[in-house]
Amino acid sequence: MKIFFWKSLATKNETLVAVVIVAFCLLATFSDPLFLSVTTLTDLLRASVVIGILAVAAMMVLISGGIDVSFTAIAVFAMYSTTVLTLGVMPDMPWYCIFAISIGIGAILGAINGFFVVICRLPTLIVTLGTLSVFRGFLLTFIGSQRISALPPEMRGFSRMMITRGTTEAGSFYAIPWAVAALVIVVLLTLFILHKTMLGRSIFAIGGSLESARRIGINVRGAQFFVYCYVGALAGLAGIIHGAMGRMADPFSLVGLELSVIAAVVLGGARLIGGYGTLTGTLLGVSLIVLVENSLIVVGIPSTWQFVTIGLLILLGTGLPAWQAKRAAAKSA
Amino acid sequence: MSKHDDDTFIEMKGIGKQYGGVTALEDVDFRVKSGEAICLAGENGSGKSTLIKILVGVEQPTSGQIFIDGKSYNHLNPRQAAAVGISVIFQDFSLFSNLTVAENIAFATHLSEKKRLFDRSATRRIAQEALDRIGVEIDLDARVETIPVAHKQLVAICRGLASNARLIIMDEPTTALTGREVQALLRIIRKLKDSGIAVVFVSHKLAEVLEVCEEVFVLRNGTNVADGPACDFDAASLTRHMTGRNISEAKPPLNIDQAKNLLVVDQLGKLGAFEDIDFELKEGEVLGISGVLGSGRTALAKALFGLVAPDRGSIALSGKNVALGNPIAATQAGIGYVPEDRLTEGLFLTQSIIRNVSVGRFDHHRSGGFLDLASLVNEARGWIEKLRIKAPDFEAEVKSLSGGNQQRVALARWLSQAPRVLVLNGPSVGVDVGSKADIHAIIRELAESGIGIVVISDDLPELLATCGRILMMKDGRIDSIVMAEETNEIELAAKLAS
Repeated sequence: MKIFFWKSLATKNETLVAVVIVAFCLLATFSDPLFLSVTTLTDLLRASVVIGILAVAAMMVLISGGIDVSFTAIAVFAMYSTTVLTLGVMPDMPWYCIFAISIGIGAILGAINGFFVVICRLPTLIVTLGTLSVFRGFLLTFIGSQRISALPPEMRGFSRMMITRGTTEAGSFYAIPWAVAALVIVVLLTLFILHKTMLGRSIFAIGGSLESARRIGINVRGAQFFVYCYVGALAGLAGIIHGAMGRMADPFSLVGLELSVIAAVVLGGARLIGGYGTLTGTLLGVSLIVLVENSLIVVGIPSTWQFVTIGLLILLGTGLPAWQAKRAAAKSA
Repeated sequence: MSKHDDDTFIEMKGIGKQYGGVTALEDVDFRVKSGEAICLAGENGSGKSTLIKILVGVEQPTSGQIFIDGKSYNHLNPRQAAAVGISVIFQDFSLFSNLTVAENIAFATHLSEKKRLFDRSATRRIAQEALDRIGVEIDLDARVETIPVAHKQLVAICRGLASNARLIIMDEPTTALTGREVQALLRIIRKLKDSGIAVVFVSHKLAEVLEVCEEVFVLRNGTNVADGPACDFDAASLTRHMTGRNISEAKPPLNIDQAKNLLVVDQLGKLGAFEDIDFELKEGEVLGISGVLGSGRTALAKALFGLVAPDRGSIALSGKNVALGNPIAATQAGIGYVPEDRLTEGLFLTQSIIRNVSVGRFDHHRSGGFLDLASLVNEARGWIEKLRIKAPDFEAEVKSLSGGNQQRVALARWLSQAPRVLVLNGPSVGVDVGSKADIHAIIRELAESGIGIVVISDDLPELLATCGRILMMKDGRIDSIVMAEETNEIELAAKLAS
């Protein structure tokens, strides 16, 4: 039993990613003793919030057997149009109302994806590739293409709300913003949905076998529609947090990030064929991607090498378990 | 109206079904009693799957009535069918390979209880109770992808039990099982019957389940051509009713005494799979290789064609050594291989017949630097005719053909390469009785034309009908060599089980 446990641990993506993260941190600390400090860690944590929420969303779609590449367009659409709307209608709106509007817009855009996937039964990649472009184009054409740096005061206020802040003994500042709590809530909510509700189990079942799910009477359409709306809502949340923390509503931001996000999820062990994915894995994947994107320079690798590094990590992180599985299968044949 | 027996569960009367102008079923009466097992036999296209679809509410009959517990229905919908306790186990089991055994068993139960929250301990309890009822132990927390095929079938049965099934319909239950696993399944079926659950087997491989059945019901071309107590039927009479013709199993052996050795396998071995494999194959000989699952027969079959690389030994064709572990070298030497699982290994299902036949041989159809389409078409037409492939035309997707015809397309691909040795792994798995006899006839014709054929199978009647010699494998070694004319099915089965 014990041997089996270690064996299954060794072949898991989670373990592999965790090992790489630890190795990376050791290497970084070795070349810069200041790396392992409260300041760096809180900086990394801040950088993980938006990509983390998006990754949880992307993971849910992958589990259901689909793929969504439009969530960044949804995020930026929701964020920018919410900002424009707030500034135009009621600039003093409290931050939670602004957030609710952005989440609502995201959910509606997600429902459009859901319509094409569930009602028209089109392939998810094609639908979301299409809507990625349409949402983005619609935003830039009809809503605006100017950066807005005079955000509603409550949005700026949110970015200043800190759970804790202080100065280290070495004299550098650190702070954990409340935005981190949003990521925690999203993770807990998703954990609950996926593992404690029949809806969540149905999403796993649909990802495992769509045909079998229909045969035993799972409400496949309802579950799929929920997934796309939920992803849209999370994207809306991630978008507005991104705008608030960056203190600017930039309609050109975020889009282009979707492949990094999906890479993080796949690194964490979710499979593109559907039915597999864990929150632990996804969060580890996010940590690794964020580390690479922010701290590669510390280890002495030029930051232009980011893409190469991320690419190699994906090849290693998803290739190695696949290769091990193949070898195991060849052995047993 | 006839007197109602108390234990009649479902009675279908005068059922007819038309699709457009085509009659799929005509005036069929079908009755299921509690605790009874019925063989529903028929070839592909006989209407047996239509009858089942009507019973589970997926299709609606154009005429006739259905009585369940004496209550009359014109038609059923899937929810009603599930509510009265009709449960189907599809050939592919319809399980979720990414979920645990427990969840697979309890999922449908939770759904019918309209639960919103997922209760892990209730899931395990439901699953354990179902497993206890059939007296099997399977790890509840194992993912279904990691358990063997026979266990997957049991999980599917338990899923039916957990949702209070009173009738379990099993589609082709024995196709994926070895002889020993079939015996285990039959013990479980007896248990189910004792607890009052009815079982309907839908199959073309019925001889194996006949012994647990009370009734046999044969459909041909949409009508009921024979029914009655199972003891009145045997394999031969079933086949006769299903096909409407006599298919004799025994044929005079091929005369190959004078033939030259074609393939010589010497001391072939692969660690953990098989060892010390020696045999030779003559021109025009049909050699059988059999053994239970795990005896090394499949690995050996693959090794002959280079799909598995042996550690030692040699394979020689007409005195020339063939490179081991290299399918391309094997093909060039003149060895062809038709895999067991033609759906995933052998055919491009969504492609046309012509593409499936010509793939890998485009060099032969070259004219200048271009592909000679006319010669491709001629070749495909030629094989469709020669192998009697039933298809609308050569552009038909292979997916749309029946199992027997798919197998013929796989054969055509290899025959078009003019092989000298053909390795057939499970040549008639998932093929109906009529097509099976045709495929056996084709094997014989091929052998008569001088090709050496190796048939790997655990279908004993098939081996006896096609082969001259049969190598029995056990634990990776050749256990014994049997002459087909000197043995019979019972002896062979005993050897296999020993």
